[in-house]
Amino acid sequence: MKRITVNEKWCLGCHLCEYYCAFANSGGEDMAKALKGITIQPRLRIEQAGCISFAVACRHCDTPLCVKSCITGSLSVRDGVVCVDREKCVGCYTCVMVCPYGAVMPSESGAIQKCELCTQRSPGIPACVSGCPNGAIVLENGG
Amino acid sequence: MPIDFLYPKFEVVRNPQRCIACRVCERQCANEVHRFDPALNLMESDESKCVDCHRCVSLCPTRALKIVETDHAFRKNANWSGEIISEIYLQAKSGGVLLSSMGNPAGHPIYWDKLLINASQVTNPSIDPLREPIETKTFLGKKTHDIKRDKNGHLVTETSPQLEISMPVMFSAMSYGSISYNAHECLARAAAELGIYYNTGEGGLHEDFYRYGAHTIVQVASGRFGVHKDYLEAGAAIEIKMGQGAKPGIGGHLPGGKIVGDIAKTRMIPEGSDAISPAPHHDIYSIEDLRQLVYSLKEATGYRKPVIVKIAAVHNVAAIASGIARSGADIIAIDGFRGGTGAAPTRIRDHVGIPIELALASVDDRLREEGIRQDVSLVAGGSVRSSADIVKAIALGADAVYVATAPLLALGCHLCATCFTGKCNWGIATQEPELVKRLNPEIGFLRLVNLLTAWKHEISEMMGGMGINSIEALKGNRLMLRGVGLNEKELQILGVRHAGE
Repeated sequence: MKRITVNEKWCLGCHLCEYYCAFANSGGEDMAKALKGITIQPRLRIEQAGCISFAVACRHCDTPLCVKSCITGSLSVRDGVVCVDREKCVGCYTCVMVCPYGAVMPSESGAIQKCELCTQRSPGIPACVSGCPNGAIVLENGG
Repeated sequence: MPIDFLYPKFEVVRNPQRCIACRVCERQCANEVHRFDPALNLMESDESKCVDCHRCVSLCPTRALKIVETDHAFRKNANWSGEIISEIYLQAKSGGVLLSSMGNPAGHPIYWDKLLINASQVTNPSIDPLREPIETKTFLGKKTHDIKRDKNGHLVTETSPQLEISMPVMFSAMSYGSISYNAHECLARAAAELGIYYNTGEGGLHEDFYRYGAHTIVQVASGRFGVHKDYLEAGAAIEIKMGQGAKPGIGGHLPGGKIVGDIAKTRMIPEGSDAISPAPHHDIYSIEDLRQLVYSLKEATGYRKPVIVKIAAVHNVAAIASGIARSGADIIAIDGFRGGTGAAPTRIRDHVGIPIELALASVDDRLREEGIRQDVSLVAGGSVRSSADIVKAIALGADAVYVATAPLLALGCHLCATCFTGKCNWGIATQEPELVKRLNPEIGFLRLVNLLTAWKHEISEMMGGMGINSIEALKGNRLMLRGVGLNEKELQILGVRHAGE
């Protein structure tokens, strides 16, 4: 299956991936309209210290701790992608605490949110991958 | 002081409806033009620092930005333009020489644009490059005067060392130092992929790039920076740089600030020392002296590599080229006055030298008249912008062309012409690690390959249209060119007829 690989050597810390992620998951058609005046809640985050930066998103682990820990069965693995069923999520946030990468986070609705490789949006290349100006986030065959 | 105040050249126009304050412009501008005001929750800009490189414009995810030239103006004056007035203010303040980067932007005639290419109709068939072979491969180096046979009557096929190129284009000299490590990697990998050559310039060859040596031309310039036996051995050819189109008559100058780490090591000079190349080679004051260096380099490399002598196109270029052809050089590279540079005194860049088109035609004529044209190949550079320019250059008499500005554009350069500041936002003309990493060679190398592949298709199309199926048949074929809007003298020098003739 394909997963996102991040290469910090080419990450510029421009944070565009976060904005493209937030837009992709906003459901809007115009980025300016969708993101203007709000604090974005992207599903991946740039981590930065000094001149090193890289994007952290869900690793879609082979044996995901989040799925194991989910008390309602809202997290599951579909075709290698760790997916959320927001209807089932009760917001206990166990998954948030067990994820070693910090890649699961609460959303504004109370349910959790995480990177689903843009599979919920439309099949194809995830928005962070296509939006990265320097090829630092790539979709590769792995695992 | 108020007397020094110059209104900013460019204005940053931000569409407030579209700006989402993502701050990518702020993070990506090495000139610190953009700033986020948390109190107002707005982006602001200090356009006095803007160099119009379009980094922010290109990365803005909502197309909220554009850069416009200011309409603030001095009183209209055809003689004293705003630019000339501003430069006087700058020099009155600094007492220094004005510096510029990239090629001559002045409005001198561009002869490429006044030359038109022929095509076949009815009486001579054109060739469809998709169905029939078109040979874009060519060889650079001394050609034999006549056919020789050995005592058994077999052809003697030994020639002087030749450079084989898959298309008549090479990347011209840009030093490691003037451009970044990543930019060099892009050029080296693309040259290897394309079957052409790139050129180290005067900065030596980084040890990581020795593996691309078979596609590298190593340069020996007046400062001799980075020159040693392994370096000479590493390249496929050696270029002696006598002059550069952007700054004929003067040498290069890389400030000590850029001589750091690997650049100092590669140039073989102490960190922080200015790399000042003398205007002349201090051991070359005549063609005989040049001959000594040509043969020293040949001797050092066992006569296995062609030697290129690169000169700037200046007034008596034909006579100079004639001398070089007799010095033992295999290839002469001529750099026209529109050629680029990392830094040159503005007045020299804009006012010294002559157009490559005229220089090329007159050199080709002169060498033919003297019966020595086959002794050298001619490489023309100095603002070859497209495949059409290449076809015109070949038809005027070049064996190949050198390009540098066009590949830099392919790598992201937006011709803001401020390379000398060392703060290139596109990661090309800079040595700051944070900026250098903006040029990912995986992306850059592919873009160079794409550009030249596209050009190769176009060259084949144009050649096929003329009914010509090899570069060799196009070389010096000036009947394939016609001039428009040129006077008798210009047509005579170019050796082409006027359109309609």
